[in-house]
Amino acid sequence: MEKRAHFSGWTLPLLLIVPQMAITVIFFYLPASQAIWQSFLREDAFGLTSEFVGFENYSAVFEQPEYYRAMVTTVIFSTLVAFFSLAVALLFATQADKSLRGGHGFKTLLIWPYAVAPAIAGVLWMFMFHPTLGTLGRPLNLMGFNWNPMLDGKDAMILLVLSATWKHVSYNFLFFLAGLQAIPKSVIEAGAIDGAGPMRRFWTIIFPLLSPTTFFLLVVTIVYVFFETFGIIDAVTGGGPAGTTTTLVYKVYADGRSGGDLGLSAAQSVVLMVIVIALTAIQFRYVERKVQY
Amino acid sequence: MMKKSLLGALAIGLATSTSAFAQTEIQWWHAMTGANNDVVNRLADEFNKSQNEYKVVVSYKGQYADTLNAGIAAFRAGNAPHILQVFEVGTATMMGARGAIKPVYQLMADAGEKFDPQAYLPAITGYYSTAKGEMLSFPFNSSSMVMWINKDELKKAGVNEIPKTWPQVFEAGKKLKAAGHDTCGFSNAWAPWANVEQFSAWHNIPMATKANGLDGFDTEMKFNSPAHVKHLQNLVDLQKDKTYDYSGRDSKSEGRFTSGECAIFLTSSGFYGNVKANAKFDFTSVPMPYYPDIQGAPQNSIIGGASLWVMGGKSAAEYKGVAKFFTFLSDTDRQAKLHQESGYLPITKAAYEKTKASGFYEKNPVLQTPLLELTNKEPTENSRGLRFGNMVQIRDVVSEEIEAALAGQKPAKDALDSAVTRSNQILRQFERSVSR
Repeated sequence: MEKRAHFSGWTLPLLLIVPQMAITVIFFYLPASQAIWQSFLREDAFGLTSEFVGFENYSAVFEQPEYYRAMVTTVIFSTLVAFFSLAVALLFATQADKSLRGGHGFKTLLIWPYAVAPAIAGVLWMFMFHPTLGTLGRPLNLMGFNWNPMLDGKDAMILLVLSATWKHVSYNFLFFLAGLQAIPKSVIEAGAIDGAGPMRRFWTIIFPLLSPTTFFLLVVTIVYVFFETFGIIDAVTGGGPAGTTTTLVYKVYADGRSGGDLGLSAAQSVVLMVIVIALTAIQFRYVERKVQY
Repeated sequence: MMKKSLLGALAIGLATSTSAFAQTEIQWWHAMTGANNDVVNRLADEFNKSQNEYKVVVSYKGQYADTLNAGIAAFRAGNAPHILQVFEVGTATMMGARGAIKPVYQLMADAGEKFDPQAYLPAITGYYSTAKGEMLSFPFNSSSMVMWINKDELKKAGVNEIPKTWPQVFEAGKKLKAAGHDTCGFSNAWAPWANVEQFSAWHNIPMATKANGLDGFDTEMKFNSPAHVKHLQNLVDLQKDKTYDYSGRDSKSEGRFTSGECAIFLTSSGFYGNVKANAKFDFTSVPMPYYPDIQGAPQNSIIGGASLWVMGGKSAAEYKGVAKFFTFLSDTDRQAKLHQESGYLPITKAAYEKTKASGFYEKNPVLQTPLLELTNKEPTENSRGLRFGNMVQIRDVVSEEIEAALAGQKPAKDALDSAVTRSNQILRQFERSVSR
């Protein structure tokens, strides 16, 4: 005997979605529309004078050679961080999925870095890999690697990718682990009986079945590297040396905060928002087709 | 509207219930941490106990840049604090905000407080005054750049005289490197402050036109002169074998001195507390080195640190309280004590003289080094101070270009040329936003 509840009218459903709608409007639509409005104005830092300048801020953004450099930096940085944070998390998750002694403790430890604030993570990595004061940077130099993230752009980028990846692996790990545990054991056992080795089982059975999780994480990770890494960048390199680690989001922050130029900074945020919306749309349009739900 | 009056009533109710009469509250936002934070709290406490009309309430708002941003955001929202601590490079930004601030000289005159600008050290107040000598903000914690010396290591390396000139520093650096300091002969923190700002003033070379921006926002950068280029090129050449080794654009690597790695290290005189607590060797600080072939060097150094700005739009009663507080801060005995305990520079001539007369500097020469630098000669157009809009951003640009030169990506001349061009764009942008 099946029970069915019937609701009449709109009141209850509306009431139920109001809190979520309110949060979205207050914390996303309002600030986003404010940023768009701000990007058409030129103001001094104190907002004493402001004039409407149309698209002047946008043309100023696209006239800066530094902006294109930041774009290239962003592409390199996000590709590396997205790839490594997904790959490493998947590796950890498949290993943690095996039943092992003390596995619970490992899982907890792997989740920990997610609880560390980006700025704190940044300072940790910066000091560990400081070329002469760092617990890891110093031995590197003593071993003859010429490690100097303070002057060498490549070293600085490696350090940033490491710290940003380290910070995000936990999040991806959690979802991968949950995804793996949702895969029915019988399917994998059937593969094993048919004689497929562990590698083959992974690539032909497990990986395709994980694809919804992988796709979701890809979208979230891209958003993460685009928006949430500025705290790490600020603490580790401050966009240096010589601007080699200034990504688009760090530039928004630096121009708005240290430059006090809210119009220019807002114009950059809007451009960034458009880029991320476009990226997400592309992912849903093309990548999602390959996902098997 | 309804809410506001209710809150107001509540606040008044609370205020009157805690004290027999209503005290006028003075909000003071600052960026001081550690021992300096204690100094701020103690000063407010002492002032509050010294009278019962006004109450100074302090709040820590993060680093200098965060504090400035918090002040700006609060002003935009219509609830700025009365007193905002702003670091020296934020001076032009605050000056440009004519409607947002109340100049200190005006505040003191309106409140009828006794105030003589001549009582303060010109090397310090010059930075915060108009061309006419009107004091705009109240100097609070001032420092300058000095050269920190690890005497033990210099002795070991066979450097018998503490270097005074740059050529001597290069020599000492080479000796130190040969004696086992192979990662760092000498170094400095605060790359732009050391190699452009202080370097220019100390050698009496303009960093920019219009008295380094003090005489107008239409200033143009000039720090790509042959002398500047020569100095940066020297550092670039020495960076190759780490006789000089770059330590970043801020103070994060100051530990290289206290750990003993770098035996010669240029950074703020405010580093004193840290050195005293952590250095396990015989240390001292001496004035910055100079190039003896440059006419007029050494001139005088310029200050770092921060001053207190008074925000606009408050009531006369509140301003009276702020003025009283500034008078309280200027007290000779209090200034002398503050200077001797915290290592900040005294801001009044009287406090400096008093400390000198007490024989304090014979025992603590390190605390006098920045004062000797600042008062070395009567300040010139090139050494009164700096006033550039969006200076924080300009420092980032200068740091970037210095890094590019040191990393061997471009010659010193190109790096400084490019830094000048980019800084000028920032200056023009600022000029446009304030001149409307």
